[in-house]
Amino acid sequence: MSATIRIVAAPRSSSSRWSWRDPRARAAIWQVVIVGLLVGTIALIAVQTTTNLRSRGIASGFTYLTRSAGFEIPESTLSYSSRDSYGRALAVGIVNTLRVSTIGVLAAVMLGVVIGVARLSSIWVVSTVAKWYVEVLRNTPLLLQLLFWYSVMLALPTVHDAIHPLPGVFLSDRGLFLPSIGWHGGVPSLDMPQLMRFSFRGGLWITPEFATLLVGLATYTAAFIAEIVRSGVLAVDKGQTEAASALGLSRYRTLRLVVLPQALRVIIPPTTSQLLNLFKNSSLAVAIGYPELMSITTTTLNQTGQAMEAILIAMTCYLAISLSISLGMNSYNRRVVLRGQGA
Amino acid sequence: MSNATAMMRSVRSAPMFRDRTNTIATAMFGAILVYLGARFARWAVVNAVWTVPPGVGSAPCRAVAGSGACWAVISDRLRFISLGTYPLDQQWRPVVASLLFIALYAASARRSWWKPGLFVLWLAVPALAIVLLRGGWFGLSSVATEFWGGLPLTFLLSTVSFALAFPFGVALALGRRSEMPAVRTMSITYIELIRAVPLVSMIFMAAVMFPLFVPQSFTLDKLLRAHVAFVMVMSAYLAEVLRGGLQAIPKGQYEAAASIGLPYWPTTVMIVLPQAVRTTIPSIVNTFIGFFKDTSLVAVIGLFDLLGAAKAVIVDPKWVGFGVEVYLFVAAVYFTFTFSVSRYTQRLERVLSAERNH
Repeated sequence: MSATIRIVAAPRSSSSRWSWRDPRARAAIWQVVIVGLLVGTIALIAVQTTTNLRSRGIASGFTYLTRSAGFEIPESTLSYSSRDSYGRALAVGIVNTLRVSTIGVLAAVMLGVVIGVARLSSIWVVSTVAKWYVEVLRNTPLLLQLLFWYSVMLALPTVHDAIHPLPGVFLSDRGLFLPSIGWHGGVPSLDMPQLMRFSFRGGLWITPEFATLLVGLATYTAAFIAEIVRSGVLAVDKGQTEAASALGLSRYRTLRLVVLPQALRVIIPPTTSQLLNLFKNSSLAVAIGYPELMSITTTTLNQTGQAMEAILIAMTCYLAISLSISLGMNSYNRRVVLRGQGA
Repeated sequence: MSNATAMMRSVRSAPMFRDRTNTIATAMFGAILVYLGARFARWAVVNAVWTVPPGVGSAPCRAVAGSGACWAVISDRLRFISLGTYPLDQQWRPVVASLLFIALYAASARRSWWKPGLFVLWLAVPALAIVLLRGGWFGLSSVATEFWGGLPLTFLLSTVSFALAFPFGVALALGRRSEMPAVRTMSITYIELIRAVPLVSMIFMAAVMFPLFVPQSFTLDKLLRAHVAFVMVMSAYLAEVLRGGLQAIPKGQYEAAASIGLPYWPTTVMIVLPQAVRTTIPSIVNTFIGFFKDTSLVAVIGLFDLLGAAKAVIVDPKWVGFGVEVYLFVAAVYFTFTFSVSRYTQRLERVLSAERNH
């Protein structure tokens, strides 16, 4: 393209005299004007914001992070109490975001692969059910699905009538209780949830909020991954399968050695963006009250009035994590592509 | 006799009985599905409460809670869910506005109408809808935006933001491929930054930070702020879609334009963009569907769009606890729109790729 533009342009005279007809000069002026406009707008906003903040008596700055937060966080992997600082609360939020995203990604990939393969099944009932799963989940808003799952969780029976399908497993409106493995005097032992007056004690407690977010994010993202898996497998040339069976490879070895490595090359790039979406969508927890990064941010900004700082911190965190995920996935993608081409 | 044979043959050729594996699987999964379906039907139809007489609150629903659905909440609050708190005697206005939007979508589906005039229509129809909803003209009473809600608000948010984001998306896509390093860097930075952060954070930013950016005498309506957030985000996603279209244009097109001496802008406007937009129409429509669903996020800043209104219904003590019914209903409304549009794009994609291969 650059070559063609040079053909159109008037031939540059050997003298360095400045001229409107010189595309380079025009480009330089355009860029100066655009950058100037951008800087000007930002400066204008900055000045206006400072004036507004001063007249509202809001002191800007990040010192609020060291002040005591004063709100409880119902679930936290880090130790936290309401006397801890806003900074600590933020860290709890980030850990909770990472926790739900990591488990969500694993669940979404597994479910997505299963449904994607089911869509390709030669069994009509299986492929039809998988197809409608994908259609329904993809064509309704995720926030709506989360609110729906949350309503379902809260409509479950109370702890006293908890659904009790397996020993030690209790599903009620207080969440899911599972047996956990504890260590008593160096010996692993099974820790069973016990029904107390108001709730269960012991075992592993999965809160309704966490369960909702996990189920909502995983089932929604799985629908998208299923479509990617399906198109990835379909993208592998039929001749490849035929050639493999002509060589006498079993169906399983054909799938593992021939079809999947080639399908993965098609599958991985769009799956990366779906996993990034899952991570970003975990911020919808703000609507159901799971204390992840976005919920903690809104609580903080409501209490302190430090809207600018709180939102900027949240966005920076999302940005940093998003960029690291895409860097990681890109390097994995390169490895898969190379292995595929090297073979 | 021949009838029975014909029937047997059509049963045999049905996809669920075409071979032995399928027949066995159909019998097995069929049994499970019939069982689940029957349980659902018992809840949703047989034991369901469809209406409650006035004055008894939600007592009849509470009586069957757990075993039967309470569709009475829908019939009781249908007007609020679909139109928000718009004044009762003026409700023909949001209804007409919604019909205008549906007509716009239907008109856009006609391929013979894919002309630059369609862009004008996408600006004119929302403008007309806003005039109609807002009032204050032609003897219509003025209705503030905080009373707008339901389906027309969902249509308005998605259509207006899309129409306004489109030119920005084009500019960003061209900027990303520009030969001017400053322009290219700015476009790439903007697109990647916006795409790396969640939409919710942008909506919160618009809701709480924008008022700080403008003089205090200038009050930014909450609905307007939501629009700004959507335009900012949509333009970044549209830019990426259009970039694909720009990359797909054969080099010969640029060279042909250059050989007849066409400068950059005429080449871009008359040759490059029409082709780039045409090849990406299915992806553009998919982006629109995605954002049509995502406008539901305004519920978190307290706007009463379709989902926001549904969320507000079950805050009411009378209907608290009937979220499952309300959300199923709203999901069906969203599904009707997005599913029909996505079916349309799937067909369009097949037609377009068939034409390209000819």
